[in-house]
Amino acid sequence: MRENAMGGVFFICAVVSIITTIGIVMVLLAEAVDFFRQVSIFQFITGTRWSPTIKPTEFGVLPLVSGTLTFTFTTALIALPTGLLAAIYLSEYANRRIRSIIKPLLEVLAGIPTVVYGYFALVYITPVLRNVFPSIRTFNVLSASIVVAIMIIPTIASISEDSMRAVPRSLREAGFGLGVGKLKVTITIVVPAALSGIVSSFILGISRAIGETMAVTIAGGNLSRIVNPLNPASALLEPVQTMTAAMVEIGMSDITGDSVAYRSLFAVGLTLFFMTLLLNVVSQYIKTRYREKYQ
Amino acid sequence: MITKRAGNRRERQAEVIKSTVLANVGDNVQKERVRGRIFTGFCIFATFFGIVSLASLLVYVFYDAVGWLDLQFLTSAPSRFAEKAGIYPMLIGSIFVVSLVAVFSLPLGVGAAIYLEEYAKDNVLRRLIEMNISNLAGVPSIVYGLLGLGLFVSVLDMSHGIVIVGAFTLTLRVLPIVIVSSQEAVRAVPDSQRYGSLGLGSTKWQMIRSVVLPEAIPGIMTGMILALANAMGETAPLIMIGAATSIFTAPKGLFSSFSAMPLQIFAWSDFPSEGFRHGVTPAAIVVLIIVLLFMNGIAIYIRQKFSNKKR
Repeated sequence: MRENAMGGVFFICAVVSIITTIGIVMVLLAEAVDFFRQVSIFQFITGTRWSPTIKPTEFGVLPLVSGTLTFTFTTALIALPTGLLAAIYLSEYANRRIRSIIKPLLEVLAGIPTVVYGYFALVYITPVLRNVFPSIRTFNVLSASIVVAIMIIPTIASISEDSMRAVPRSLREAGFGLGVGKLKVTITIVVPAALSGIVSSFILGISRAIGETMAVTIAGGNLSRIVNPLNPASALLEPVQTMTAAMVEIGMSDITGDSVAYRSLFAVGLTLFFMTLLLNVVSQYIKTRYREKYQ
Repeated sequence: MITKRAGNRRERQAEVIKSTVLANVGDNVQKERVRGRIFTGFCIFATFFGIVSLASLLVYVFYDAVGWLDLQFLTSAPSRFAEKAGIYPMLIGSIFVVSLVAVFSLPLGVGAAIYLEEYAKDNVLRRLIEMNISNLAGVPSIVYGLLGLGLFVSVLDMSHGIVIVGAFTLTLRVLPIVIVSSQEAVRAVPDSQRYGSLGLGSTKWQMIRSVVLPEAIPGIMTGMILALANAMGETAPLIMIGAATSIFTAPKGLFSSFSAMPLQIFAWSDFPSEGFRHGVTPAAIVVLIIVLLFMNGIAIYIRQKFSNKKR
């Protein structure tokens, strides 16, 4: 009797995680459906102005999506190559002692709260960037991207490193035996063999950047605009508003539970949830489906 | 004569060919070596880029906090005058909420881990739960804030920004991390010990209680503390459930309003005056980082102590 009861209790604990997922989807959907009763989906998806609290209110999500994409793309541009090169160094070049020192240090990067990174970007990084780009604004994409890149480097480096270390030594030695140098062996044998893990770490890193909130809220400014990707100076050196930052802005304002602005939170949240969910699922699929199996 | 001459010529040709080929090979080896060095340089730069950047940012922030971080700062409420501002209510709020998260997430997380590792058969349900947990770990934290707002505040009609709502929301947020790390700790207990216990006639629950859990506790605690450090730094979910960014009294109970250190840092980072920008805010950040370092230190200590004991 007692035996079965304990099994049941543990089962309920495990089911809490399922209930959480159902809860997230239900809450987001319920409020988002209410939102779409008041604002048409077409207007939400194609509208080019986001102004949830200041009249005339408009709920076009395009500026926010464009802000998120600009921020994510810039962050990825910094974090993906850096994370991959760090993984190559840790897996192929560093000896065991160096690795045992560096890996915990890298983990520290991911352990600093994002609100602290936001302050760093605003107060320390932007003034430094002003020496290079005199036209940079106080709030800008670039400084936020740099700190968030620092934050997600450990994620990319550690997953990529794991998959590179899983490549058997015999493959490398076959290369060395043919007289190929270390650099060529790394780039033409190890990296391709570990590609599934590397790609999945990239996607996971991108998904983290999309969901990142505080750093981009503090340092990125809160100016919703459609970014022109053909003008990188304006895209990177001026403020934007991402989906997450827009949610914080509404959350900080005095909106009540019965307004369109309140419900728009959940519509944006739903968009964000599905974007990150899709990326996470793709990342896991690539990691398991395309994994090279060695005996 | 003729053959000797021909032989000489052939030798000379061979000599020329040999020297040019070898020179080329030497050149290539040289080039390859240089390229390799440059590439290694890039790799080392990439590895240290983040570490060195963060280290220098931390030096700056500690330097700015000097003179501001004192007993008065730790024991005062926030103020609009930088000299009088303090972090006391937020420090207590953070510790209060995170302690509650520990109380809620430890049984839930360890229970789920035990179910998955000890009870669940390798079937669709188990795979579904595990897939679900790894997806939950990837959901942005701000979405958990929306869950807290929609579920606890709207549906269950609790107040905005009170301690218990914050604790519930952050519990759901860190639960996937706690479950995964507890699973690893439980999985690391060797099967031979389980068989030993079962062979002596103990029931499954007795076996888990007296053999698996004691053995897995260091791993569970380590993961737990790291998850709590995560909760300590969360900002966005607390903003969404309506927690105040700044508050003058420490929370007195489960149902009083609260604020947390990251929220106050967020609020202060918006203050343009010099005393806040390069004084009060850095001091708050240093307090938060010291608390996090302290928690990480405990986790490392537990891991070291128990891994030494095993050997």
